[in-house]
Amino acid sequence: MVYFILKRLVQSVFVMLAVAFLAFSLFRFVGDPISQMTGVETSVEDQERLREELGLNDPFILQFARFTSDMVQGDFGFSYRTRQPVAEMIADRIPATLELGVVALLISLIVGIPTGVYTALRPRGIATQAILMTTLVGVSIPTFVIGIMLIFIFGVQLGWLPTFGRGGTVQIGGWESSLFTVEGWRALLLPAITLGVYQLTLTMRLVRAEMMEVMRTDYIRFAIARGVPMNKLHYRHALSNTMVPVITIIGLQFGGVIAFSIVTESVFQWPGMGLLFLESIRFVDIPVMGVYLVVIAFFFVLVNLIVDLLYVAIDPRLRVRDVQ
Amino acid sequence: MLTIENLSVKFPSRFGAFTAIEDVDMVIQPGEIHGLVGESGAGKSTVGAAVIGLLQSPGYIASGTLKLGDMDLRALTPEQAHAMRGDRISMIFQDPQTSLNPLMTIEDQLIETIQAHSDVSTSAARQRAVDLLEEIGIKNASERIKAYPHQFSGGMRQRVVIALAICTDPDVIIADEPTTALDVAVQSQVLKLIQRLAKDRKIAFMLITHDIGVIAQIADRVTVMRKGRVMETGDTAQVLGAPKHPYTRALMDAVPPLDHKIDRFRVPQEEGAEVEDALGQHAEDWLLEGVRGASTGLMLENLSVKFAGPRTSLLRKPEPYVALDDVTLTVRPGSILGLVGESGSGKSTLAKVVTGLVRPSGGTMTLGDAVLPGGKARPRNHPSRQLVQMVFQDPYSSLNSRHRIRDILSEPLWFYGFVKEAEARERLAESMLALVGMPPDAIDKYPHQFSGGQRQRIAVARALLARPRFLICDEPTSALDVSIQAEILNLLKDLQAKFGLTILFISHNLAVVRQMADDTAVLRNGRIEEIGRTEDIYAAPQADYTKSLLALTPVMDRAMLQARV
Repeated sequence: MVYFILKRLVQSVFVMLAVAFLAFSLFRFVGDPISQMTGVETSVEDQERLREELGLNDPFILQFARFTSDMVQGDFGFSYRTRQPVAEMIADRIPATLELGVVALLISLIVGIPTGVYTALRPRGIATQAILMTTLVGVSIPTFVIGIMLIFIFGVQLGWLPTFGRGGTVQIGGWESSLFTVEGWRALLLPAITLGVYQLTLTMRLVRAEMMEVMRTDYIRFAIARGVPMNKLHYRHALSNTMVPVITIIGLQFGGVIAFSIVTESVFQWPGMGLLFLESIRFVDIPVMGVYLVVIAFFFVLVNLIVDLLYVAIDPRLRVRDVQ
Repeated sequence: MLTIENLSVKFPSRFGAFTAIEDVDMVIQPGEIHGLVGESGAGKSTVGAAVIGLLQSPGYIASGTLKLGDMDLRALTPEQAHAMRGDRISMIFQDPQTSLNPLMTIEDQLIETIQAHSDVSTSAARQRAVDLLEEIGIKNASERIKAYPHQFSGGMRQRVVIALAICTDPDVIIADEPTTALDVAVQSQVLKLIQRLAKDRKIAFMLITHDIGVIAQIADRVTVMRKGRVMETGDTAQVLGAPKHPYTRALMDAVPPLDHKIDRFRVPQEEGAEVEDALGQHAEDWLLEGVRGASTGLMLENLSVKFAGPRTSLLRKPEPYVALDDVTLTVRPGSILGLVGESGSGKSTLAKVVTGLVRPSGGTMTLGDAVLPGGKARPRNHPSRQLVQMVFQDPYSSLNSRHRIRDILSEPLWFYGFVKEAEARERLAESMLALVGMPPDAIDKYPHQFSGGQRQRIAVARALLARPRFLICDEPTSALDVSIQAEILNLLKDLQAKFGLTILFISHNLAVVRQMADDTAVLRNGRIEEIGRTEDIYAAPQADYTKSLLALTPVMDRAMLQARV
């Protein structure tokens, strides 16, 4: 058990090193940092001096080691565009993206799991067919189209909800939150739905497929044969077994939601990391792009680690050793 | 008392309704073990499913009456039927590995079932569960009850399943192949338990099985089914001792006896048409041409296989799991060596080592006069890759379902470079099909168009088309019905005699090995317990383990049954 977690941690370190290497390569080899930093009027001698001072003439390995150790210590360097520390810029933007992602995830779970269970238990019902058709439409429309449609209907035509920005936010410590004001929630709703729709359909279909599979297993048939009450049968026996594989996919998808919130954020002008990333691309702000890459990879690794721990918590076969 | 009258079950489909069972009559008294025997597709399990109301959709009861005492089971609403399940009628499934919820403790599953049918407190239910586990033979039950299913061995798990089935005091239990997945020693314990429960608790058992030995051992009455219809019913001694129906007689002839060796099995009816010998002549000549010279024997000396065990600590090296421990055996050229043992004894690992799929950790292998390198050390083009061929247990998964039989059979011919022209390959494949008793037009079909027995014939043909000198048959008939098993075993015997093949015949079925093997090796926990001439071992086993295996195998003793009539 401890060994299992340690193994995963060591693996995570290697993944992070690989990503750091990519980020560093981006930083080091895409364009010349010195010409990005200096203007045309800087003399060649000054440029060379700067290059020497910044250690850009050192061996590659040494530079990578320095880059990694700075990263570990939280020193992410400075943006070319705004001259601010990148760490600050990212920290400013993380709350917006995380809140958006978490709310989108919750919406997808709260709607997706029950409808998945319902459609699995009544595979031939009319409601099931209707839900399946609707979700098929949901998956086939690209995210930005859904976002624009929602803006058009609820923002422009009905005028119920704001179409951009975060609405009212509250500062809690260093965390700028929109979860504590009505305005904040109103602003959050449309982007969260937009971001969550794909995840929702996926969760629903996955839960449905797994649950139908589980309902055919011997232990469910045996539970029916000994008269276990139907609600216990569905929720205690079937659903918990369904969730074991579903959790992996949901976890992986959550990483994806955070990483690919770029589209939703740009449609709704949501001031999160995705928007920051887009701005950085426009201005070839390579330090920000590199750090964004590392931060997103860190989220993926973290979520995967949590999924592994959840696995252990749910499945006794991983937790309890065989005793013969 | 469970009464079944004129029961018919239909499965509607696009092509019209398929009648799974028709006009089945059966009466089971309290305390009676009623055996329901037949081959696959006979509708045995459908009878059980219909009684407990668990017919797979879209199956439905077309006609007939089902009564438990005075209660009409067909008149119940779905809610009443569900409340009745477990309470009055319960069920035991075949595989204890899959019939318990892996995420819940035994305690939770037992308490939940008890409370579903009687209004008792949780602590009272727990007490009842503990008492029941004790009664069923689980030691230290108050501790063990807190365990999860995977913490029990197969036999113990089946006991837990039985405890779950009887914890609500049902009148009838439908046991669907309750011991098929178990080893003989465990099987005999579970059968004794069923017998005791029937006697002490007056539970009526419907014992569904394909194993006539099991029926002969514990059933009071027996019903023989075939293709959804009842062929014969009556007292076990009557039906098995003096069978009236020709099908029952044929079925019993196909069962390999444990107590003596017979030359050939009497086969009920040949599957497929009689094939002309002339057609197979081509393949026969081709094979004989390849087997010039002496036959090839196999010698294993001090062979060991270790697998990495589960890691228990970061610092200590994991304990290796010893799958084969110092195995020494010889398969004499042109003979059949039977390898018997229970599950986990290392039988299949041995086959994998010989075929080079697993690397031995010690010892030597010699095929003919050449040393066989083990595992990955054996090159892809090593001659043994062609000389040693395998026939696998499950003919449903050992043939590629996307390939026509033509492609499956031609593959070894071009792969080993025997026949260059496609047409010649096809002619040889057709002839080989005839040799294994299949019609030549089978060549255009796909594997799913054949029955299990036919597929196993194709698998044998495929192995032969590599011109092997050494054949490994890993449980070649354990997925098949007895009558089909008899045909395949006859085929293997014929081929072995004709071509002087050397065969390593792996099986858990002692009776089958006695019929097939010249020599027998008994394997247990990776060690050879006993090895010698088959007839010597069966007549006078030396090792205690062999003795107990022989004693515990359920047999159908005809003389004894006839004496009881």
